[in-house]
Amino acid sequence: MSKKKAVVRQDMTRWQWTWKEMKRNKVAYMMVAPYMLIFTLFTVVPVLLSVVISFTDFNLLQMPNFVFMDNYIRLFLDDDIFLIAVKNTMIFAVIVGPLSYLMSLMVAWFINELPPKIRALVTLIFYAPSISGQVYLIWGTLFSGDSYGWVNGILLDLGLITTEIQWFQDADYVMPLCIIVALWTSLGTSFLSFIAGLQGIDRSMFEAGAVDGVRNRWQELWYITLPSMKPQLMFGAIMAITSSFGFGGVVTALCGFPSVDYAAHTIMHHLDDYGGARYEVGYSSSIAVILFAIMIGANMLVKKVLSKVGQ
Amino acid sequence: MAKKLRTRKHKVVLNRSAGGDAGITFILVLLGAFMFLPMLYVIMQSLKPLDELWMFPPRFYVRNPTLTNFRDLFMLMNTSWVPFSRYIFNTLFTSIAGTFGNLFFSSLAAYAMAKIKFPGGKAMFKTVRTSLMFHSTVTAITSFIIMSALGWMDSYLAIIVPAWATSLGLYLMKQFMETNVSDAVLESARLDGASELRTFWVIAMPMVKPAWLTLIIYSFQGLWNQGSSIYIHSEQLKSFNYAIGQILAGGIKRAGASAASMVIMMMVPILVFVISQSNIIETMGSSGMKD
Repeated sequence: MSKKKAVVRQDMTRWQWTWKEMKRNKVAYMMVAPYMLIFTLFTVVPVLLSVVISFTDFNLLQMPNFVFMDNYIRLFLDDDIFLIAVKNTMIFAVIVGPLSYLMSLMVAWFINELPPKIRALVTLIFYAPSISGQVYLIWGTLFSGDSYGWVNGILLDLGLITTEIQWFQDADYVMPLCIIVALWTSLGTSFLSFIAGLQGIDRSMFEAGAVDGVRNRWQELWYITLPSMKPQLMFGAIMAITSSFGFGGVVTALCGFPSVDYAAHTIMHHLDDYGGARYEVGYSSSIAVILFAIMIGANMLVKKVLSKVGQ
Repeated sequence: MAKKLRTRKHKVVLNRSAGGDAGITFILVLLGAFMFLPMLYVIMQSLKPLDELWMFPPRFYVRNPTLTNFRDLFMLMNTSWVPFSRYIFNTLFTSIAGTFGNLFFSSLAAYAMAKIKFPGGKAMFKTVRTSLMFHSTVTAITSFIIMSALGWMDSYLAIIVPAWATSLGLYLMKQFMETNVSDAVLESARLDGASELRTFWVIAMPMVKPAWLTLIIYSFQGLWNQGSSIYIHSEQLKSFNYAIGQILAGGIKRAGASAASMVIMMMVPILVFVISQSNIIETMGSSGMKD
């Protein structure tokens, strides 16, 4: 559009011009219409509706009343479990997000120079856990609370412990374990994006770099590789951050709901609890709005940081 | 492995030290073990006979592999209240219908956004791109209200239709079209009098086959791995994954069958990925975000 705007039309106003363009491109609107209709209905409207409902006491049964900020006040002042959930969500996101991002990047970088067949195999090994659905439940078997659980069995056999540890029922262990499992399933879309980004870098850049005095692989990574794949770094970050907020399902499957002493209770669980189980739709919408704001905020922040790479 | 890298033909290897190679190989093997061993353990468990499953101290590897666990799983399936084939049908039907709709509608919209300049096109794409930044759980409750309002509760529509417009699908398709479909070719097709729809279908779509496959795989994986949905309460409409979960909830004595079911569940997405890996990577080549 920018190219066309450069020609300043004197014979019509901007709005007339836009209207004319819209009519001329009728077919484009027809092409986006089905997608945009469904997208609006199931993504945009739910977000906007959440915001509206979060200011009411809607409970699916009675007519909602407007309660202004009451839900938010209750969240932060009267709901201790929500604060635990915020804390856990933050710990989860701050650890899992960056670690999975770095792991994806490092592994993609390490395997980039392997011969194609081996690279394909290694890619599969690292990527498989993230696409295998509920296979993460195997961690429940590995860390099962009885002596047949592999980890307990080994530790008992070696004499390191005398009684079985209830791994997923023990408030001291659930959080670290869930983080490990989350990391295990986290080499997903961003990982593939990095592999592709690395493959796309022009080899001659490295040769030129070597001539210009790049002395080792770390300098090469910082001065040549990362700046050339910045768009992928950006996309990968968004994927990693968004999924680092979405591991509630893993936690529920492994630790049950609620987790012991709410040790692994996240905002997602709190949302499910009030929305799905108690039908306090107004209250749970305010939880959703906060989670939404946190996710968008985190993404914006990281985008800003990443734009500084290689500068 | 380090040695191989160094002596590889055709390629000038710059700025590489043997120490660095060794260190990297070590980290890679360590991380690889972390990723791979649990997967291997699933397969081992699924092949263990009863006495090896309940052995102390537990062993990682299976000594006398058997398929008993798979047979047990199929027997358990036959005892379910709704015929098990129904659950499989539900998952397959929603996965296929959802995936093809997504491929068609997302590509159609992606083409318009990537290749036609029209007022609002960029804003629409930006909205979709922003939605990559939040997880769908934040919209779960209000989506529930919308589904009820539409009267789609407890029907296949509730699963299939939202799957037709995924943000990631449109995003990847649009980015790929932007870099891989040449404007000159489209322009000459238009000059020859081809309609925009025809240009999309006959010229652009064949040029973006890697992106189709990627979109198909993402969409299929998501739908294949669906568990119990908040929109579905009839037993007859529930998913394969849900039904497996119900069987396994039967308790500890089903450890073998449970591992067997995990093997079956993971086989499908893994096989699909193996077949299409090179296409997916090609699509991801244009996944980057420029601003």
